[in-house]
Amino acid sequence: MWCVHAAGQVNRSWQSESHEGLERCEDKSMTKQIPVAEELFTWPSDAPQLIGTHYPDSGVTTFPQSTACPKTAAQNGERVLLPRIGKLWSWTIQGFLPKSPPYAGKETPKTFKPYGVGYVQLADEVIVESRLTTAEASELKIGMDMELVIIPFTTDDDGNELVTYAFAPVKK
Amino acid sequence: MAEDVAIIGIGMHPFGRHDNTGMEQGAYAARAALKDAGCDWSDVNYAFGGSSAAGNADTMVSALGLTGLPFINVANGCATGGSALISAYNAINAGAADVCMAIGFDKHPKGAFDPDPADFGLGKWYGDTGLMLTTQFFGMKIQRYMDQYGISASTLAKVAVKNFHNGSLNENAWRRKPMTEDEVLNALMLSNPLTQYMFCSPGEGGVALILARGDIAKKFQKKPVYLRSAVLRSRPFGSFEVFNSWLSPDRGNSPSVGAAAAAFKMAGMSPSEMDIAQVQDTESGAEIMHMAECGFCEDGEQEDLIQSGATNLDGRLPINTDGGCLANGEPVGASGLRQVYESALQLREDAGAHQVPKPIKTAFTHVYGAPGISACTVLSR
Repeated sequence: MWCVHAAGQVNRSWQSESHEGLERCEDKSMTKQIPVAEELFTWPSDAPQLIGTHYPDSGVTTFPQSTACPKTAAQNGERVLLPRIGKLWSWTIQGFLPKSPPYAGKETPKTFKPYGVGYVQLADEVIVESRLTTAEASELKIGMDMELVIIPFTTDDDGNELVTYAFAPVKK
Repeated sequence: MAEDVAIIGIGMHPFGRHDNTGMEQGAYAARAALKDAGCDWSDVNYAFGGSSAAGNADTMVSALGLTGLPFINVANGCATGGSALISAYNAINAGAADVCMAIGFDKHPKGAFDPDPADFGLGKWYGDTGLMLTTQFFGMKIQRYMDQYGISASTLAKVAVKNFHNGSLNENAWRRKPMTEDEVLNALMLSNPLTQYMFCSPGEGGVALILARGDIAKKFQKKPVYLRSAVLRSRPFGSFEVFNSWLSPDRGNSPSVGAAAAAFKMAGMSPSEMDIAQVQDTESGAEIMHMAECGFCEDGEQEDLIQSGATNLDGRLPINTDGGCLANGEPVGASGLRQVYESALQLREDAGAHQVPKPIKTAFTHVYGAPGISACTVLSR
């Protein structure tokens, strides 16, 4: 279920990836990588994809999944995996430590490092908001190619790594 | 018709940081507005008001007098004050009241807002991962706008310089120190391309307005100002708002476009007939984009307008004549009413040091806020 495209196309074998993931967990003894939320992106996977809802009547795709189309109020949405590659639509750099809560990062004002945030347009389907892997203004340009990656962003109280999705500039 | 609603009293507690509670600041504004209108609290037969972080507005009756009047609390984010005003306007038009009060006040802690994702229909992950910041939205909206329409960083800075200048002339403003373009551009970068001094800060303050049926207005106030329209809109499909985890590639208009157009239509006037305007300047880019969204120029024309000083106090279309949110800060409940207070003050020629030099007859106000709401008014003498 996790890796079936909307079109019915089967993704890579997630079982083997999952197995690799488990092995890696054992190597680090107790630490595990845990996604920040279920059903936000396919995980574990070495070609992760965001998960949205597509409404066939309006053509609208939401991210993350939703229960009603914001354009037509239709409730017949279908779970879809979104393209992994897109173009940077806009960006900024978070220059100060966000308040906690809601922010779950454990940085202090002294250890905080700015992070990039942007909107990435995935084909003609949807423009998604995301963290970016770079916080260098000189490396970001509207229209550039971006690729989905999964990154650790903090640890939970048990020392597990929490991971979320982000977009990285596609290396030429 | 629309001539039938007048603003007969205006009152404001100075914006900034104060020792008294938000509620006390509201009551102070209410007393000042009653005094300005030359009426008693017992003359007011309907009240609407709210704050986002300083308590229930109707509690204030214990400080103003337990007259038994109907007092409805309004909670509508950044449009709380605007929504109170629209409710009062509608109550008078509906014949439910002759004299109404619209009041907004607030008191926020220092620093950026820290909203709960659940209040905006978002998963906890959105806040966990550091996306729940209004500042990021403003940075990204103007970043794309600058790229599309050729707006320069210098123009972003000039908006802040203008608003701090106007604030320096306004005794009720919070930030009263003028700044240079270099100081604004070289300040700490909070959310690229926006620096610290391009953003307004959550603050404190209160504003009250007394409204009355137009035909009785002059019994109270020799210089009434008429509310020609008051309109609120939520977001249409395809708009770009605070706290959007996704956008449609099929782009649409901001709620400000619809609210402003409806306000002008209801008033029977056009943007070119406005002598001054107060538009939401949560940050300097917002003022630039809202100029076009409200119909005062085409996208991209702001670069020349602002560089040439057209929006300065002595310009062709003075904008944010009291210093806007940048110089006054943003006590959410009071912010929209501050714009109407300032418009009335200017139309009455009572603004003192920050009075625009040209004679004026008309004014426009616009607030915008999360999760995509806009309230606009058209006023005239």
